[in-house]
Amino acid sequence: MLVQRLLQGDRRAVARLISLVEDGDSRAYRYLTELYPHTGRAHIIGVTGAPGTGKSSLVSALAKVERRRGRTVGIISVDPTSPFTGGALLGDRIRMQDLTADRGVFIRSMASRGRVGGLAAATTDAVRVLDAFGKDKIFVETVGAGQAEVDIAKTAHTTIVVEAPGLGDEIQAFKAGVLEIADVFVVNKADRDGADKTVNALRAMLDLGTPIRARDGQAGDWRPPILKTIAIEEKGVEPLADELERHLAYLKSGDHLAARERERVADELETLLARELLADCLHRLGSDRIAQIVEQIANRALDPHSAAQLLARSADGIPVEGSAPTPAEARH
Amino acid sequence: MPEPKIRVIIAKPGLDGHDRGAKIVARALRDAGMEVIYTGLRQSPDMIVEAAVQEDADAIGLSILSNAHMTIFPKIAERLKAEGRDDILLFAGGIIPDDDVPALKALGFRAVFGPGTNTQDIIKFLREEVKARQQVGE
Repeated sequence: MLVQRLLQGDRRAVARLISLVEDGDSRAYRYLTELYPHTGRAHIIGVTGAPGTGKSSLVSALAKVERRRGRTVGIISVDPTSPFTGGALLGDRIRMQDLTADRGVFIRSMASRGRVGGLAAATTDAVRVLDAFGKDKIFVETVGAGQAEVDIAKTAHTTIVVEAPGLGDEIQAFKAGVLEIADVFVVNKADRDGADKTVNALRAMLDLGTPIRARDGQAGDWRPPILKTIAIEEKGVEPLADELERHLAYLKSGDHLAARERERVADELETLLARELLADCLHRLGSDRIAQIVEQIANRALDPHSAAQLLARSADGIPVEGSAPTPAEARH
Repeated sequence: MPEPKIRVIIAKPGLDGHDRGAKIVARALRDAGMEVIYTGLRQSPDMIVEAAVQEDADAIGLSILSNAHMTIFPKIAERLKAEGRDDILLFAGGIIPDDDVPALKALGFRAVFGPGTNTQDIIKFLREEVKARQQVGE
């Protein structure tokens, strides 16, 4: 029912299904199963970068370009959840106001809900929902990212890393992490002092060797372009959209797109399997048994690694010799 | 399964540019564990309702100080109805004369919070109302 409504273009059904996924509602997985055959058509574009580099404004400007080119657009914008209260202030729509009146654009704000890595646990499935809904281009804007929030590269086909002038010297550009996942670099706020310096630092980094994306199995045949934009004035955004198309064409040539898809799905399967196994294991063991082991670890009668192994085995139904190891055994 | 999160739109319709009160409420709701979608200033009824639809909001809080509420609020209530989302909880704040409150209630506004309201009262109101609606719905 919900799925039928969604496929017929009902925005409320899209919104509701994303909420069910976010809340971990068991019905969501049944619906996603039905939707899965309808997915796989959209071009998924990740947008990441430090807070304040202008990601939301850039997504807004890109969405307008895509709409002019006749594409429909989905946007998922992730902001952090408070680790203390579980609440979140989601403010990315403020920079996307011009898009609200356009029915060809669907924007969803999403709180990270405890997930680190720049995305929420529900992001990948929410992208699928928008994909099945028929959006041609889906932009996923990450939490303002530092250096290690690289999950987006597993969700997106094309990842844009947004920089702004004056954020760091060239050594920052040599570090591992977020710079390695870029398929396209953008130096936004390019009217500010130091924009060329930032471009040069990125170019120098690339000159030393194109970032190796191990999953593609081959380095060097895609050199990430570096583009300057002023997102709030919508300057430099058309050429950026052209580069996104060029990257998609590159992925479609050869085995790149299929390889990324396999990598993406393998990673997701691993995550889901871990979640299932953990839930099953905890269920079988029961909270009393866990509490008992926690007590032993806290008392230094058992170390955490041995305890985890012991519990995994006993949950698996393999008989464990002795009910619990003596402190002397556990120390080995 | 954890309890569903309460998602609230806080919006400033109309042309006045004073959003301090709206921001204080947004912050208080965030600190109470809710997900607050802040849409910014000068929002048209269409923009607010479209945001509420896309965000699957449980509630919409509108702040207005320019005395345009009797013009703008009915339009928002109408648009919600047209979208089939008049189940979304509506509440208002800002400068709203007591005389207008009955008319707003008739439009479906469940509460009007004037200056000096304790944010804890707004939090309590939202938790109770949204919970009741979530149980009715589905």
